[in-house]
Amino acid sequence: MAMTVHVDIVSAEGAIHSGLATMVYAPAEMGEVGISPRHTALITRLKSGDVRVESEKGEMEHFYVSGGMLEVQPQVVTILADTAIRARDLDEAAAVDAKRRAEDALAGKTAEFEYAQAQAELAAAVAQLRAIEKLRKLKKGG
Amino acid sequence: MAGAKEIRTKIASIKSTQKITKAMEMVAASKMRKAQDRMSASRPYAQKMLQVIAHLRHATPEYRHSYLATEREPKRVGYIVVSSDRGLCGGLNSNLFRTMIRELKERQEAGVEITFCTIGNKALGFFKRFGGNVMAQATHLGDQPHIEDLIGIVKVMLDAYESGELDALYVAGNVFENTMTQQPTIRRLVPIQAEDSGDDEGTPYHWDYIYEPDAKTVLDALLMRYIESLVYQAVVENGACEQAARMVAMKSASDNAGGLIDELQLVYNKARQAAITQEISEIVGGAAAV
Repeated sequence: MAMTVHVDIVSAEGAIHSGLATMVYAPAEMGEVGISPRHTALITRLKSGDVRVESEKGEMEHFYVSGGMLEVQPQVVTILADTAIRARDLDEAAAVDAKRRAEDALAGKTAEFEYAQAQAELAAAVAQLRAIEKLRKLKKGG
Repeated sequence: MAGAKEIRTKIASIKSTQKITKAMEMVAASKMRKAQDRMSASRPYAQKMLQVIAHLRHATPEYRHSYLATEREPKRVGYIVVSSDRGLCGGLNSNLFRTMIRELKERQEAGVEITFCTIGNKALGFFKRFGGNVMAQATHLGDQPHIEDLIGIVKVMLDAYESGELDALYVAGNVFENTMTQQPTIRRLVPIQAEDSGDDEGTPYHWDYIYEPDAKTVLDALLMRYIESLVYQAVVENGACEQAARMVAMKSASDNAGGLIDELQLVYNKARQAAITQEISEIVGGAAAV
């Protein structure tokens, strides 16, 4: 029997895969890595891409990850997949947003904010409707 | 029969209320099941994360992250308070806030500065009234909360911790025990508690991971995700608690409405009977007089 390593792929919103494998390929930050059983301990970040798991029967299973962490122990490979798209700037923006929301809410601005948001959504919807109408006219005309 | 008519309209209005509470109960029951599934789905991630962190503790890394540091004397403490967006869920939120107030009093007596971060409408409203420094907030996460919605607020608090504005960070929320009981709980996020990561494995030799690209980047990313997953879990768990509490509250409301209707029906029947008896005695009295 071929040597195997236990592979767990989990994301915060659910377990994705768990089983034995003879080889795991993952898109690490510094380039793609192939992990065989009894690989030395390694921990790295993942880029978005394809994780391939070769099972004992030689079948290849594919999983898409949008990023995450890869931990390798000699007997276990753990992939902690992200569900969100992460980047330093995006995280920063989200943080600023959360702070601003708190300030707005404390200043009692929420109603106004919601109104503005609703207005923007309405404008977008109207624009979409207009586009659809134009398309219809074009179709009839053609 | 003026009284009887009034009672009849009252019964009708209670009946329609009962219909609403019954519907809400059933909606809550089905949502609770989904929320419980989500709760159990989020567990493997946190467990795996914890394993990795336990491994990290056994390893002898060249870089010690501040989240894993030993406790400092808490002078400024942050709380992430997880509540529901909507009411009509029994004492769920007020129990949590009561637990919070008790904790806050102790802290204040010890001269600790407190900062909040609220998740959900109810917590925001409460701390607005209570008066506190709310640093960040998120509301309307819906029935399916996503990690994306939490990244911002968690980052605000962790940045504050790293820059030394906070000495410790806690998360407060309801823990789902079963459908009938939800336990308001306050847990520490950072510094990460040693007992969380299970120290009993005992490695006899020194080893370390290969870090790619380097220990700092990897550990920063890992620990941040770990804290986020804990907050996410608290949110998902609180969601399940909310639905369970609402289901129970609406069930008792429907039962109460049923009891009320029975009572009113009895009063109504008596009133009707009295009116009929009176009419008959009037007729008999009239006939006797003729």
